[in-house]
Amino acid sequence: MVNVKVNGIPVQVAEGATVLDAAKKANVKIPTLCYNPDLSPWASCGICVVKVEGSNKLLRSCCTPVAEGMSIITHDPDIVQTRKTVIELILSTHPDDCLACPRNQSCELQTLAQEFGIREQPYKKMVRDIPVDTSTGSLVLNPSKCVRCGRCVNVCQQMQGVWAVEFLGRGESIRIAPAADVQLGDSPCIKCGQCSAHCPVGAIYENDETSLVWDALTKEGADAKTCVVQIAPAVRVALAEDFGLPPGTDLTGKIYTALRRLGFDAIFDTNFSADLTIIEEGTEFVQRLTKAFQTGMSQATIDRSLPLITSCCPAWVDYMEKYYSDMIPNFSTAKSPQQMMGAMIKTYWASKANVDPAKIFSVSIMPCTAKKWENKRNKDMYSSGHKDVDVTLTTRELARMIKQAGIDLLNLPESEPDSPLGPYSGAGVIFGATGGVMEAALRTAYNLVTKEDLRDVNFTAVRGLSGIKEAVVHINGIELRVAVAHQMGNIATVLDQVRKAREEGRETPWHFIEVMACRGGCIGGGGQPYGATDEVRKQRIRAIYDHDEHTEYRCSHHNPFIKQVYDEFLGEPNGHKAHELLHTHYEERPIYLK
Amino acid sequence: MVAADIQFSDELQAYIEEWSRKEGGLVMMLHRIQHEFGYIPRAAAEKLSLISGIPLAKIYGVITFYHFFKTTMPGKHRIAVCMGTACYLKGGQDLLDETRSILSIGPDEVTDDGLFSVDEVRCLGCCGLAPVLMIGDEVFGKVTKDQLPEIIAKYRNK
Repeated sequence: MVNVKVNGIPVQVAEGATVLDAAKKANVKIPTLCYNPDLSPWASCGICVVKVEGSNKLLRSCCTPVAEGMSIITHDPDIVQTRKTVIELILSTHPDDCLACPRNQSCELQTLAQEFGIREQPYKKMVRDIPVDTSTGSLVLNPSKCVRCGRCVNVCQQMQGVWAVEFLGRGESIRIAPAADVQLGDSPCIKCGQCSAHCPVGAIYENDETSLVWDALTKEGADAKTCVVQIAPAVRVALAEDFGLPPGTDLTGKIYTALRRLGFDAIFDTNFSADLTIIEEGTEFVQRLTKAFQTGMSQATIDRSLPLITSCCPAWVDYMEKYYSDMIPNFSTAKSPQQMMGAMIKTYWASKANVDPAKIFSVSIMPCTAKKWENKRNKDMYSSGHKDVDVTLTTRELARMIKQAGIDLLNLPESEPDSPLGPYSGAGVIFGATGGVMEAALRTAYNLVTKEDLRDVNFTAVRGLSGIKEAVVHINGIELRVAVAHQMGNIATVLDQVRKAREEGRETPWHFIEVMACRGGCIGGGGQPYGATDEVRKQRIRAIYDHDEHTEYRCSHHNPFIKQVYDEFLGEPNGHKAHELLHTHYEERPIYLK
Repeated sequence: MVAADIQFSDELQAYIEEWSRKEGGLVMMLHRIQHEFGYIPRAAAEKLSLISGIPLAKIYGVITFYHFFKTTMPGKHRIAVCMGTACYLKGGQDLLDETRSILSIGPDEVTDDGLFSVDEVRCLGCCGLAPVLMIGDEVFGKVTKDQLPEIIAKYRNK
């Protein structure tokens, strides 16, 4: 431990801690802009400057390590004036259209300008006019608003390993752009939206599609639509943050009520189709495993029937198709819960409710920007004969709709989703967190193999924020090895080991692999409320598992409505109809074609 | 990727394969590519990315950081207008603007006939002759704006 003083307050911090960490421990708030706890310090903005007693030199607290006996001064007139000047300089290159900006009231630069009482702009305004990039359909890149903090670049490169964006040019002409200034949609971008979740200002944000939904909700007469909505597991434990409540507040019942008040005719829950995914994917896994015992594990590895790799995460699917297309046969063909629900709404439910599927407008509320891309990924996303999911909104967009509609969310009574595509098991809920799909699948796979149920359904080894998690599960004398990876940059390690085993004709190190592109899984998705840190992610994850523990059924195969849809409509898991509606295929997607 | 559309000389290919294995070799490899093609074609950058495993975004970050690297094919005659301190004080900016205006091209552009491109460069090492411009290897000193049409005309038929 290292002993330092912050403004005279003695604190002890760990070796290697920064001055910023020490200040935090002393309950002193140093203002920051480019700093983000998810990333290593980049030190580009210069707002977090401090002094060390005895020297007039200004040091950036985010990247200055503490030393024994250091006496740090975080606030004096000189320091405060320097910070103010830095803010004024940044503002001199930043547009003044706060009122019409998507980050109005959630902008970190705006907050700093407010806290520092900026009332005039002493420097000549030099705002660059760079075209807005909307090519992905998921994200909007508006480089004119960029403050060159480097967060998006570092998230995309360090955390995600995607390398879609980079700083191009230098000096005045520096800008955030993909290689060779191609459009984001032609770059390796996987639409995970982590750039948008980390951008402190309005330079990268989700493509707002709320107007399409308002339009559908308010159409009358011959054009009137039957509006149906589904909400993803992770949305319910994060939406509250946009209404001032602490992270990890679970608002499931109130959200259903709010969606009804918005005018939706039927409220379904993606947790239900997560259960459906488990039945399909679990069956697929057990089939592949059974076959592998006949052919031998090494052969199954060479055939690429094992390991089975989950495919619920569209950003991950996109990444795999771009960078690991040799693993396409390893991918579960099961569609994601969003797309399974979409297909079921416009086929099974439409006929049950006697509604013309052409008249159904199907909306999904997702924690994710890549889901906006997934709903038109390939022709399988039109399996009902119509677009299975018409529009995908992020959690942030739903928050805005609820506010616009004047709905007092927090004081609403709770309600239940509609049947039969609403009720769900705890296994469906945990899809929202890293490890959740694996745990849910194991709960059901155990039953598929043994025809018995687990006494303890909790697989805690696959839970939590560690980047790669491994576990061994014993089912009927079979030693099942599983791996769970989240945050795209962690995935290569796992896949490269699988690839290596295959190339050497060895047995795969794992039989089943779960991948989610965002840190923490969907709860940390790119479309979630701003400000996710590991502390926030842990709270959201806790709420997910609390919800799981309080559900009547903990396993997907126990959900009586799942049994009902197979009996009434789908037939057998992995059967003909299921394949038609609930499965998809993948193809290689070469990058930089334009 | 369009990398398949470009051929590297055997020397360049070998050089890149060798330097790809070393840390910090990117700038060296880009120099060699520019030496071979006169600029860095997109296909060459992509081929470099494929061979070296360096993400294309990183390669472009470096190419666009250093003024020396060009992403467009230069003209047959490369006009370099000096913007070093002495030349700048003696009217280098006016020369640059006038040259571009005579040729009707901007930065990183080439005249329609492919003959000329104009770059601004830092000190050419002959400050006594300021303001200076170079066409190819030929140096012109104490240049005034009204001499420019004649100087350019000399190269039109070269």
